[in-house]
Amino acid sequence: MAGEVIIELKNIYKRYYVGQPNELEILHGIDLTIRKGEFVSIVGASGSGKSTLMNIIGVLDRPTEGQYTLSNVDVSAAKDKELSHIRNEKIGFVFQTYNLIPRTSALKNVELPMMYNRKSPSYRRERAKELLAMVDMGERMMHTPDELSGGQKQRVAIARALANKPSIILADEPTGALDSSTGRMIMDLFHKLHKEQGITIVLITHSNELAEETERILTLKDGVITGERRGAAYVS
Amino acid sequence: MFLDNIMIALTALKSNKLRSFLTMLGIVIGIASVIAIMIVGDAVNNSVMDSFNNMGANTITFYLTEKEFEDENDYVYRTMKSTDMISEEMITDINEHFADRVDKIVLTASMGQASVSERNKSTSVQLSGVNAAALSSKDLTMLEGRTLSARDFSNSAKTALISDKAAKKLYGNNYKNVVGKPIEAMVGNKMHTFTVVGVYEYKKDSSIYSSSDSSNTSLYIPLRTAFCLDNSDISFGMFEIQAATGEDQTKLTNDIKDYLNVHYYKNNDLYNIDGFSLQSYIDESKDAIGKIKLAIAAIAAISLLVGGIGVMNIMIVSITERTREIGTRKALGAENGSIRMQFITEAIVICVIGGGIGILLGKGLGSLASHLLHISGSVSPLYVAGCVLFSMVFGVFFGYYPANKAAKLNPIDALRYE
Repeated sequence: MAGEVIIELKNIYKRYYVGQPNELEILHGIDLTIRKGEFVSIVGASGSGKSTLMNIIGVLDRPTEGQYTLSNVDVSAAKDKELSHIRNEKIGFVFQTYNLIPRTSALKNVELPMMYNRKSPSYRRERAKELLAMVDMGERMMHTPDELSGGQKQRVAIARALANKPSIILADEPTGALDSSTGRMIMDLFHKLHKEQGITIVLITHSNELAEETERILTLKDGVITGERRGAAYVS
Repeated sequence: MFLDNIMIALTALKSNKLRSFLTMLGIVIGIASVIAIMIVGDAVNNSVMDSFNNMGANTITFYLTEKEFEDENDYVYRTMKSTDMISEEMITDINEHFADRVDKIVLTASMGQASVSERNKSTSVQLSGVNAAALSSKDLTMLEGRTLSARDFSNSAKTALISDKAAKKLYGNNYKNVVGKPIEAMVGNKMHTFTVVGVYEYKKDSSIYSSSDSSNTSLYIPLRTAFCLDNSDISFGMFEIQAATGEDQTKLTNDIKDYLNVHYYKNNDLYNIDGFSLQSYIDESKDAIGKIKLAIAAIAAISLLVGGIGVMNIMIVSITERTREIGTRKALGAENGSIRMQFITEAIVICVIGGGIGILLGKGLGSLASHLLHISGSVSPLYVAGCVLFSMVFGVFFGYYPANKAAKLNPIDALRYE
C-alpha cells in the first residue's frame, strides 16, 4: 500500500503527577504506525486522550513510557532543543484556532518556520510566496490575520505548516472553528495536497463524518486505540 | 535572525503605542537627566579650568620658607639674612640644569611704593623690577611707545613702562606725550629718574594673587636696574617658572625643590625652598567638580533605575499577553534561545529608542541650562556612545528575567493559554 514507516509508537504511556497520590494515566500503551503518504484520522470523544496523543506525536510532549520513532529517529528521550528542531523540520501543525501570529502579515507568518530554520531571507520570501499561491492566498499575502476570514487564516496556517517540507502534517480539528462550507474547502485542500503531492496527513477530529473521508481511521477511547478501519471513501 | 527580532519588536511596540511610549518615558527621563547633568558639569569644569589657565596653568612658584623640625626644640628663630636668599647663581644653575623642562624663569623684584611726580602733580605706583619673562607673562597691551627691549635689560637701562591710569593722573588727556619724557620716582627717600618708553593699558587684575589694593598700578623697570637702585645683590625671596608644555608639574616642582635644597640649603640652619604648582590646585578643583558631578548624576541615575523597572514590568505583562504566540512559535520550531533572544531584543529596542530620545532631550536641556548660566556646554560623543551602550546593557539586564520566563514556558500550556 504505502511507503516507509514515518511514525512508529510502541507501547506509549502518558502519566501525569507521577509518584504523587493523584497520579493520572491518560494513555495506556498505544501502538501506532503511520506510513509515508497516508491520510490517517484519529477519532475520539473529548477526554479520550486525543490531545495528549497529538502532543506526543507532535513532540510537544514526551511519553512517560514507550518508544516513539519519527523518521527513523528515536525521539522518546530527546532534549528540548532537539525537540524544537524536530518540530521545525519534521512536523507541520495546523490548529483549530489557526494560531497565526497577530499583527504580522500572512507572508511573514509563513516565513516563520523557515526563519527558525535559519534560511536566508530571500529563500524564505520566495518559498512563502509559492506556498501562499498554492493555497490560493497569493493575493492577500500582505494582509494581517485580523484582515482575513477564518477559512483564509486556516489556508495561511496550512501554507505555514508546509514551509519546511515536513514529514507529516498534524491537523488538530482544523475545521472545528469554521462553518461547514468553509470547512469543506479546507478538507478539499487537504485531499488535494495528499493526492497531488503525496503529503502525509494526520487528522485529529471528533467528527466521524470527516474521518470517513480519510484512508484509515483510528478510534481512541479512554486512552486506548479500540478500532482501526478504512474510511468509507476508500472502501471499494 | 537579529534583524527579524528587531522587526518583531517594532511590530509589538507599534501595536501598543501608548504603553510603549509610557514605558520609554522612564528611560527618556533617566537618560536625559544624566546627560544634562554631565553637560552642565563639564561646562562648569571647563569654565573653571579656563579661568585657571588664564592665570597661567604652567606656573610653578618657589619661595623661601622656614624648615620643618621634628623636634620643636631645634627651632631657633632668627631674621632672614642675605645669605639665605635665592641667589642669581641658583637661578642660573636651575636654568641650565632644568633647561629641557623649564620654559622660562619669571623674576620680579618689588621695590615697594614709589611716588612719581611731574611738576606739581604726583601719584603713587608700585615699582617693579622685571626680567623679560616676567614682563611677557604680564601680557601687557601697549598703547603708546614700546615695551622694554633686550638692550634695556642687558644694559640695566633706566627705562620704565607706565600705565595709562597713572599717566593720566600726571598728564591728563595728553598722557600719550609722556613717552620719551623723564619721570621722577621717589623710593624710600632717594630720588631716581627714569625715561618712560611706553604706556600700557591698565587692566583690573583678576588673578587670585592680586593684591587687595589694586588702585596702585605698576611702574615696570628692568630687573637689574631695580637692584642697582639700592646697590643690593641680586637675590630673591621667591621666583616663578613656566614649565615646558607636557611636563609633569608635580614632579618638576619636587625635582627643582629637592635640587635647590640639596645643593644650596643643606647646611642652612633654618631656611629652605618650597614650591607649589597651579596645576595641583587645578587637579584638586577638577577632582572636586568631578565628584560633585558624579554624585548628582548618581541621583539622576536612580530615575533611570525606576525606568528600567518599568521596562521589566511591561515586558512581563507583554509576555503574559502573548503566551499563545510564544506557544505557537515553539510549535513551529523556535528554540528556547530564540524566544529569549526575541524578548531581550524587544527590551533592548525599548531602551535604545528611549535612550536615543533621552540623549536628544538631555542635550537640549543641558545646552539650555549652560546657556542660562553663561557657560558653554557641549555633549561629548563619549557620553552619547556610553548612553547607547548603557541602554543596551539596561535592556539586557531588565529584559533577561521576563525573556527567560517566556523561553521556559511549556509549549502545550502556552498553546492552550486563554
